[in-house]
Amino acid sequence: MISSRCAACKYLRRRCPSDCIFSPYFPPNDPQRFSCVHRIYGASNVGKMLQQLPSHLRSQAVDTMYFEAQYRLQDPVYGCVGIISQLHQQINRAESQVAKIQAEISFLNSNAQEVEEPQVDQHFEANSNFINNFLPEQINTLDLSPYGLPSTQTSWFN
Amino acid sequence: MGGNSPCASCKLLRRRCAKDCIFAPYFPSDDPHKFAIVHKVFGASNVSKMLQELPVHQRADAVSSLVYEANARARDPVYGCVGAISFLQNQVSQLQMQLAVAQAEILCIQMQQEPVMPTPQMDPDDKSSYLIHDSLPQYLNFSSSSNVIHDSFKRESIFGHDMVS
Repeated sequence: MISSRCAACKYLRRRCPSDCIFSPYFPPNDPQRFSCVHRIYGASNVGKMLQQLPSHLRSQAVDTMYFEAQYRLQDPVYGCVGIISQLHQQINRAESQVAKIQAEISFLNSNAQEVEEPQVDQHFEANSNFINNFLPEQINTLDLSPYGLPSTQTSWFN
Repeated sequence: MGGNSPCASCKLLRRRCAKDCIFAPYFPSDDPHKFAIVHKVFGASNVSKMLQELPVHQRADAVSSLVYEANARARDPVYGCVGAISFLQNQVSQLQMQLAVAQAEILCIQMQQEPVMPTPQMDPDDKSSYLIHDSLPQYLNFSSSSNVIHDSFKRESIFGHDMVS
């Protein structure tokens, strides 16, 4: 009977006990996962963090640590905080665009109610240009697919 | 760094603070919590290695982001920063939907205000042809029960300057 050590114990060159805290989350067929997490957090810190969590939450915790560690290795200065900053900027831009368009809608609606005589062609053309100038550029979601992680079923806000 | 006062790192680690201490510029003694949280999550040794691998002019930002991540992990030990990313991505998706609805509404108003509408020539460069597009895939799909994150990651400058070029 051959008992395989988990990736963590293989990396740390130690015996893998039956109650190894790492083994459920660092299978031997994915050595890079532990290597990445170890480089950023250290085995001791990861072990402590897992011990402080109930067992049903540890898998998610390891997944998120792995995600953050990958981004830190890719971007040693900002890590995944760079993503947060970019998302904030996207949100700021999108909100101001929504506000502009909603202001334009209000303006057009109030104009439509006030003006009863037929529109002069020049006036209509001016409005069309105004509308076209306000259509927002497309907002691109950041591509996080290289480090995609499994989805969960529970909803965010509950 | 003036004076003989050890930096927060060396105080916590109970060692002599050398003149060329790598932590000293970024972990002043008047803010012990800053190093404590980074040490708890990443470990002093790892932080030191990370800083040593960076040019000096980038270390301050690196420390700021490490402190940010460490605080996020301390507040939410399961999801850390990833919880915030998921939350913000949801916000972006919702705003995209709002934009699409607003775009459609503007087009409706435009069409209603046209007395006679000739068949429009579709111009590929015309932004008005961007109607509601397919919903974008979720690259992260985490959930978190922590409400602390919602308050923590408000729209503010994390580093005091635009770090995204």
